[in-house]
Amino acid sequence: MFSHKIIEKNSILMLVLTLIVVSIGGLIEIVPLFYLESTIEKVKGVRPYSPLELAGRNIYIREGCYNCHSQMIRPLRDEAERYGHYSLAAESMYDHPFQWGSKRTGPDLARVGGRYSDEWHVTHMRNPQSVVPESVMPAYSFLEKTELRVPDITADLVAHRMMGVPYSDEMIENAKADLKAQVDPDADNVDGLLARYPKAQVRDFDGNPKLLSELDALIAYLQMLGTLVDFTSYEPEQNNR
Amino acid sequence: MDITFQDASYFAQTWGLLYLFGLFMIVLVYALWPRNKKKFDAAAQIPLEEKD
Amino acid sequence: MNLLWIAFSIIGAIVGLLLSAKAVDQGMMIHGMTFAIASVIAAYALISQHYNSRPAVVDQSGGPDYNLAIVKYGVIASMFWGVVGFLVGVVIAFQLSFPVLNLDLPWTTFGRLRPLHTSAVIFAFGGNVLLATSFHVVQRTCRTRLAGTFSPWFVFWGYQLFIVLAASGYVLGITQGKEYAEPEWYVDIWLTLVWVVYLMVFLATLWKRQEKHIYVANWFYLAFIITVAMLHVVNALAIPVSLTGVKSYSLFAGVQSALTQWWYGHNAVGFFLTAGFLGIMYYFIPKRVNRPVYSYRLSIIHFWALIFLYIWAGPHHLHYTALPDWSQTLGMTFSIMLWMPSWGGMINGLMTLSGAWDKLRTDPVVRFLVTSVAFYGMSTFEGPLMSIKEVNALSHYTDWTIGHVHSGALGWVAYISFGALYFLAPVVWKRKSLYSDKLVSWHFWISTIGILLYITAMWVSGIMQGLMWRAYDAFGFLEYSFSETVEAMHPFYVIRALGGVLFLIGSLIMVYNLWRTAKGDVRSEEKDELILNPEVAVAR
Repeated sequence: MFSHKIIEKNSILMLVLTLIVVSIGGLIEIVPLFYLESTIEKVKGVRPYSPLELAGRNIYIREGCYNCHSQMIRPLRDEAERYGHYSLAAESMYDHPFQWGSKRTGPDLARVGGRYSDEWHVTHMRNPQSVVPESVMPAYSFLEKTELRVPDITADLVAHRMMGVPYSDEMIENAKADLKAQVDPDADNVDGLLARYPKAQVRDFDGNPKLLSELDALIAYLQMLGTLVDFTSYEPEQNNR
Repeated sequence: MDITFQDASYFAQTWGLLYLFGLFMIVLVYALWPRNKKKFDAAAQIPLEEKD
Repeated sequence: MNLLWIAFSIIGAIVGLLLSAKAVDQGMMIHGMTFAIASVIAAYALISQHYNSRPAVVDQSGGPDYNLAIVKYGVIASMFWGVVGFLVGVVIAFQLSFPVLNLDLPWTTFGRLRPLHTSAVIFAFGGNVLLATSFHVVQRTCRTRLAGTFSPWFVFWGYQLFIVLAASGYVLGITQGKEYAEPEWYVDIWLTLVWVVYLMVFLATLWKRQEKHIYVANWFYLAFIITVAMLHVVNALAIPVSLTGVKSYSLFAGVQSALTQWWYGHNAVGFFLTAGFLGIMYYFIPKRVNRPVYSYRLSIIHFWALIFLYIWAGPHHLHYTALPDWSQTLGMTFSIMLWMPSWGGMINGLMTLSGAWDKLRTDPVVRFLVTSVAFYGMSTFEGPLMSIKEVNALSHYTDWTIGHVHSGALGWVAYISFGALYFLAPVVWKRKSLYSDKLVSWHFWISTIGILLYITAMWVSGIMQGLMWRAYDAFGFLEYSFSETVEAMHPFYVIRALGGVLFLIGSLIMVYNLWRTAKGDVRSEEKDELILNPEVAVAR
């Protein structure tokens, strides 16, 4: 007969060997990404999301937009012509998690910011087929009717700071006010907002100033996508990956 | 920490290759070692020898 | 032990109530309450079991007193979630053909239902098949009863609770926004708990085995359990915004987030949908054709080569993205190498039939099992092909990927599962045979036509869309607008949805057949020609 200890050792041995083999693969592949200097290019203009943009991004995630839209333009000729400059790693460096997507049932959105007017977005969300008859996108008419409710935007910023997103004390102190100010050009702290979040777009996005709706936040997010990097100062040769 | 692309690819093409090749050889030797044949033949019968 | 489990349930109920009462959002209110109710039901079941413990039913055969009940529950849950998952798949396929079916309601849009479909088929259907078969196989090949009294039941019901929390969360818009890893932080923690107990039950059963060797199927199951644990824990790392709210932010960002996610995502395919189901192949095919596996040595090489190559292949999901090139190249290289062990495994599965090929004609369950291995071979050839960067440039972001996934998911995963379920039902319910072998044949042919419609439609639409995106006209401009390519997809989306309908119908036939089998019925027209369950046939 054989002793129980050896049997136990055998299954544990198998478990440990399996674990070693599978961890080595993952470690060698993933860990260098955190240390390689060239993983993320150095470019000017990328900043953390403003509170309203972040709230809009959370709606984008909640509705599962990533199931049909990518946010990653590949360095291929047709994609550059269709969508714009290929995406840089730096452009999603504050995306927890990334939203590069894996399927284009709808077009890529990495540089959708500024391509369409706010009114187009409002109509499109209400009934996509009214502006793009061939579209298979669902209607999201409830977004403009739903008040934007964020339990505590300050906590969202604090969570991001814990993970290394450079939200300053000032940004965190003003988070609640900034959230509201971005849809109200007459608000007192618009200048402060713009200083904290350069290139942030301040206006009532959904055309209904009476309600800070989920659609306000979503359009604010869509309209800033891909607009931050200053490509005049970007030198690809400096960023060989 | 400063690792360059060259460092990473050098590591993969030397130690990485050695690791994978070594691993494969160990498995191959283990599986084909003549003395293990009896053990494996017995193990292969396990599902078929149930008597209930 | 009983008291300990009762204490756990009461703690669970209190935690659930507290979360619900203090919730900062509606999602946590609902999920806290769900958790509390589940805990109360568990506590009630445990207490009532404690007071009317019936004398244990003694197995008369003198063999090990296998835990059959847990396998029965696993079979039932697999069928239930299978039908749910296929049905949601059909719904979202029709939504892509006719967008009005999204109903303009928050809870019914494609964006929320698609994760419901993927999680229901992978984790609810596939997961329950793996639970049921692994618990069956480990007992049988170790010739001992499954370890633990309550822990296997905790694993089973805990896993169902995980499914309910995840699925209801998607519909309510609770998601981390990472494909195949959508559940939020608290659901992830719960799954981790369940999974650790699963690992312990499996290991403890191996430890008390009455057989010298650990049969190779168990290696695959063990690798599946332990690797999925590792992948899940690392990929799910996140910081909750509030301990009483549903929202969390993933720990990794951008490039690192992408690579971690696809390291997880590809190995969910590799270890959940491949290694686990290879465990099924290595037990159920030899068992059903009553022959040992073609080459046990090859199975050892298959195992080690598969696990040490698979883990590297993830980056092929990120070709031409902002992921560093060296990482993409690494992913592509390993994906191509992966072809070899995959085909080694396929040959091993198919050749197990050598000398018994006639069973392919006479036994429809063998037909399911063998066809699944053939689909495995096809998908594991297509996969490496699509991981080549130049091919991927065309296929990525298109329906070709969807077709590839489904040739693996429907052809390989679902077919080997159906084969295993058809085999298991007469065994665990101790019936002489299935209710009907003819219905198995009907299931096979209807769903096979469904799969062929599905994958050919996706191949055509995927390659066509990829080519349309990159087409230039005579003046050097892009020939098609994006919306023109969407319009061109329409007929293929309808064909795909019809293929899905056929697959769903097939699964309903299976549910009916297995339900009648469990009841002990035999279809009278077939009663003299049914393939007998060897275990019961010998006993009588």
